[in-house]
Amino acid sequence: MPSPVKHKRHPFLKNFGLGLAGAILWWVVYRHLGTTAHWLTFRVFGLAPGTHLAAAVEFFAFEVPKVLMLLVLVVFGVGIVRSYFTPDRTRAVLAGKREFVGNVLAALLGVVTPFCSCSAVPLFIGFVTAGVPLGVTFSFLISAPMVNEIALVLLLGLFGWKVAVLYTGTGLVIAIVAGWTLGRLKLERQVEDWVYATKMRVSGIGEEHMDLAAHIAAGHEAVRDIVGRVWPYVVIGIAVGAGIHGYVPTNAMAAIMGKNAWWSVPLSVLIGIPIYSNAAGIIPIVQALLGKGAALGTVLAFMMSVIGLSFPEAVILRKVLKLPLLLTFFGVVAVGIMVVGLLFNALL
Amino acid sequence: MKKIQILGTGCKKCSLLAEAADKAAKELGIAYELSKVTDLGEIASWGVMFTPALVVDGVVKVAGKVPAIEDVKKLLA
Repeated sequence: MPSPVKHKRHPFLKNFGLGLAGAILWWVVYRHLGTTAHWLTFRVFGLAPGTHLAAAVEFFAFEVPKVLMLLVLVVFGVGIVRSYFTPDRTRAVLAGKREFVGNVLAALLGVVTPFCSCSAVPLFIGFVTAGVPLGVTFSFLISAPMVNEIALVLLLGLFGWKVAVLYTGTGLVIAIVAGWTLGRLKLERQVEDWVYATKMRVSGIGEEHMDLAAHIAAGHEAVRDIVGRVWPYVVIGIAVGAGIHGYVPTNAMAAIMGKNAWWSVPLSVLIGIPIYSNAAGIIPIVQALLGKGAALGTVLAFMMSVIGLSFPEAVILRKVLKLPLLLTFFGVVAVGIMVVGLLFNALL
Repeated sequence: MKKIQILGTGCKKCSLLAEAADKAAKELGIAYELSKVTDLGEIASWGVMFTPALVVDGVVKVAGKVPAIEDVKKLLA
């Protein structure tokens, strides 16, 4: 009688095989999205080439699956990477770090540490009471929402890798410089008094050991959670983008958001501050605007301002920051974004 | 009597965690009392930096995620 163990394949090999098959399938489907969108638009819907509607429909049919597929892939990867980082470990790294080095580390860790704006306040308190300098904490709080995998995917998918790298790089620079500046201003007294008086109880969770399977499970969980939450924004954002793409005349945006309208950069930033949207909703729209003559610097600045600064975030942070510090924080970040926008318009 | 507390400001995950804890405690058939802590200062004082968090009898058991029911049961037992 054969041993039943023989029939049981090694789970690692099985998972590896499944993963490889999935990756190949992903690649094949991804390569054929363009032809499929073309076929859908002109054969299935029978739209006449060269019309506004056909341009909008083909754009939508191509971009929605493309961005969603990229999103699944990148969120899965980032989910695995993130499961190696926890807010507690990040805090331990940053506590007592010197300024500048601390700002750089904080901005980088802001990208990979799990973050949700609903946790911004507990995180802020946890950081400053553990001895992370105020400016370093701000570097983290700026980079965490602004430079994230969702923004990266949409920029990669819709703008290409150059803009994606540009956005990530400048986002990090803004987080570092703005955080460092805020640290130099010595605004510790502008933190609400109760924050530093918060007595910490000892946390009962020890370091949790995760094996490789648990890290991969964390990647799956991230896909379920993030893609499940973000996909409607992607669809709506691309639908609006497709409308702009198909119907707005070329160069319509040149006069108001073009290179020569220097004032459009500060204006875009100011308009962007109160607006809240995640990267998934805003990036397809600004990508379409870029195609209609808007300047890259202006578009980048608008995007950063919408994603990085928002009215709801201000309301949340007001609980721990006195008004002068809150305004300084928003002011310094907004100025940083404007400088980036103006610089790109001048250089590119 | 187990004292179960859910720390969180009311995001979707917070209510999911509360449901999971409620269900797990019922399935275990233990006597328990479930409450939610929404005050940010109090949440921070638990040393929690990532909501939602599960506190059982004054000890933080999980922060930043919603575990499966089976795992919640182990934390409650």
